[in-house]
Amino acid sequence: MQIQKTDVVIIGAGPVGLFAVFELGLLNMNTHLIDNLDKIGGQCSELYPEKPIYDIPSRLKISAQELVDDLYNQCKAFNPTIHLKQQAEKLERNKNNEWIITTSTGEEIIAKCIVIAAGAGSFVPRKLPLKNIEKYENISVFYSVRDKKIFKNKNILIAGGGDSALDWAIELSNISNVSIVHRRKEFRAAPDSVKKILELEKNNKIKFYYGNIDSLSGQNGKLDKVTIIHENKKFDIESDYLLPFFGLKMELGPIANWNLKLKDNLIEVDTEKFETSIPSIFSIGDINWYPGKLKLILSGFHEAALMSRECFKYCYPDKKLVFRYTTSSKEIHKKLGV
Amino acid sequence: MKGQIIVTDREGKVHELEAEEGYVLMEIIRDAGLPIEAACGGCAACATCHVYVDQEWITSLNLIEDDEESMLDQTFFLKKNSRLSCQIEYKNNLNGIKLTLAPE
Ligand SMILES: Cc1cc2nc3c(=O)[nH]c(=O)nc-3n(C[C@H](O)[C@H](O)[C@H](O)COP(=O)(O)OP(=O)(O)OC[C@H]3O[C@@H](n4cnc5c(N)ncnc54)[C@H](O)[C@@H]3O)c2cc1C
Ligand code: FES
Repeated sequence: MQIQKTDVVIIGAGPVGLFAVFELGLLNMNTHLIDNLDKIGGQCSELYPEKPIYDIPSRLKISAQELVDDLYNQCKAFNPTIHLKQQAEKLERNKNNEWIITTSTGEEIIAKCIVIAAGAGSFVPRKLPLKNIEKYENISVFYSVRDKKIFKNKNILIAGGGDSALDWAIELSNISNVSIVHRRKEFRAAPDSVKKILELEKNNKIKFYYGNIDSLSGQNGKLDKVTIIHENKKFDIESDYLLPFFGLKMELGPIANWNLKLKDNLIEVDTEKFETSIPSIFSIGDINWYPGKLKLILSGFHEAALMSRECFKYCYPDKKLVFRYTTSSKEIHKKLGV
Repeated sequence: MKGQIIVTDREGKVHELEAEEGYVLMEIIRDAGLPIEAACGGCAACATCHVYVDQEWITSLNLIEDDEESMLDQTFFLKKNSRLSCQIEYKNNLNGIKLTLAPE
């Protein structure tokens, strides 16, 4: 894979990471963004896209998704390279004293500074809290589907009642024997999918079971059956594969191993530069900690502005940083294309 | 008027916490320093404030709304008396309510 080079790598494409692209761009720094999710926007887009936010300065009311869209529109003049669906995994220094960051899909990016805007951590699938579950994971239990061919003509049990569960149930019902297990027969998913599922069930293309997963049995990671519990009664469903879709949760993940000074899983920074205990690694937004920290979007914006000034010193050690307003700087206008 | 809620933690230890109207149960539990993650800060978006409510109190509670119900869909160790404690506002009629923290 071709090695990519940039000034600053930002980990996390939430609202704060997006605004950091803009602030760094104003000071002539190029950026790459990395996010685990399949879209930008962090918590705003993943957890509450439709909910209104009332404390973004000057906006009486703005939906979380609208905020993300506007932040993207604002920063896109600076052409950030965005790497989605991959986790920032490894961080090392090369012999030129630059950072090399490696993602879970094997991409390598070289940068002068790292900005961790990782929010409450990466969004990862909620794993079933069962004994021995690890034995089955990635052999016959999958939290996401990479290669659907392996499911052909097999017994597939899908757990959950949201969009992912229903979408995969519909898709796989063409090639496999699909059953769904869910705690109730109401689904929180696109009305179209719900309609389709009920139709498939009526035509015996899909089986529906009430209940929760109690235990798994099988050998060498290959599943035989899944035991379901419903109203204190247990029963088995013969299954070759289990696909649990219980949404996403957030966890700090690999960043915890980067030797940064942490406080209760948050990254300690100073309040002048928002730099971590390791020089040229910065941290902004929900993931950082300093006395008085408020986990608000607007705090993250302020942090991004101050962090950018310090990054400038690492990226342009020989240049003087001049303070200019966006209203009056011709150079900024040119960059923004206004 | 101040009242109290009675919370059993995951080790089985019982805590009597001072409670006041205007707060949700999650906030009372969290602010007393008990280990409840409440990652989303009370927006029915994380299910990390899951508690079991003592049977006798179930009928005194506000009903489960859509947001809570769909979050319960994604919650493990569910029981009949499972609730998300951020979706229950403390009212004086809940003085003495008994809750147990669900496993993490
Ligand atoms: C329901 C709800 C309502 C809220 N209401 C408000 C409000 O009214 N006002 C307000 O100011 N705030 C509100 N907040 C809080 C606000 O959403 C957060 O402060 C904000 O999202 C933080 O932005 P962030 O960019 O720091 O992090 P996040 O939005 O958490 O984004 C971080 C991103 O980093 C990614 N990531 C983390 N680690 C890695 C890694 N190793 N590799 C790749 N990607 C990684 C994650 O997948 C995530 O997408 C609310 C939050 C919730 C849940
Ligand atoms: S605190 Fe997140 S659902 Fe209650």
